Amino acid sequence: MNTLTRENRDGDRMQTEQFVAPPASVTEAGDGYTLEVEMPGVNKDGLDISVENNEIMIVGRRSFPVVEGTLIHHESHPENFRRTFELDPSIDANKISARVEQGLVTLTLPKAEHVKPRKIAVS
Amino acid sequence: MTLIRYQAPELAPWSAADRWSNLRDELNSFFELPFRSSFGRTGQLFTGWSPALDLYQNNDNVVAVVELPGMRKEDIEISLHDGTLTINGERRRESSSNGEKADRTERYVGSFRRSIALPTRVDAGKVSATYRDGILTVTLPKAEEVKPKQIQVS
Repeated sequence: MNTLTRENRDGDRMQTEQFVAPPASVTEAGDGYTLEVEMPGVNKDGLDISVENNEIMIVGRRSFPVVEGTLIHHESHPENFRRTFELDPSIDANKISARVEQGLVTLTLPKAEHVKPRKIAVS
Repeated sequence: MTLIRYQAPELAPWSAADRWSNLRDELNSFFELPFRSSFGRTGQLFTGWSPALDLYQNNDNVVAVVELPGMRKEDIEISLHDGTLTINGERRRESSSNGEKADRTERYVGSFRRSIALPTRVDAGKVSATYRDGILTVTLPKAEEVKPKQIQVS
């Protein structure tokens, strides 16, 4: 909800392009986070991921399959996708990696070395 | 804290309920039209997965385009029966859940089914489909006798 209202307040950007926030899932493992965002119709060329301050912004521009003919039933939304997330300070922003497969964008956000859970030996 | 939406798997493929979910989806999209850019996706959070389907028609083919991100093509089933095209399948969780905590899950994981009545007869033997960038495109060539023909006036 927060990201949706923030997008609407972005006055100058909204005039040129319409965006929709795609569904996402976050899972946490011991050494990092995995973020999955669904963006059907988006391939590597249409993806734009940037990190600024503590926020990661993922923009996906769709490439539509060219179909000749009249549209007789329409359910899809033509808008492009945009979603921002606030990064946990334990994430090492330089080591973030991403891959896209069949419209699913998977980001791996590793935690910085010093915050990983580690055992402390008792002397 | 885990936040996982529970969906009993045996409820999803019941096709009689699909008719009502299509009606509800149509009513939802009708009311959402002026606000589509802000509220487009949030309304679908707890209603299961009904992937968006577009249908096109030209002189030679009927083409169905379905948004199915994050699936493997082996998990997609396409069938044709009595002039109705049905696309169903199941999306599994990619990551093995071995001690991972799911902090927030908005993606639907489970099975889906979409059916649509085709406008004309198609040649079932010549149907082809491609799955690229999460979009499934099914091309159904029209049966010969329903293609538009020119009739000469002698």
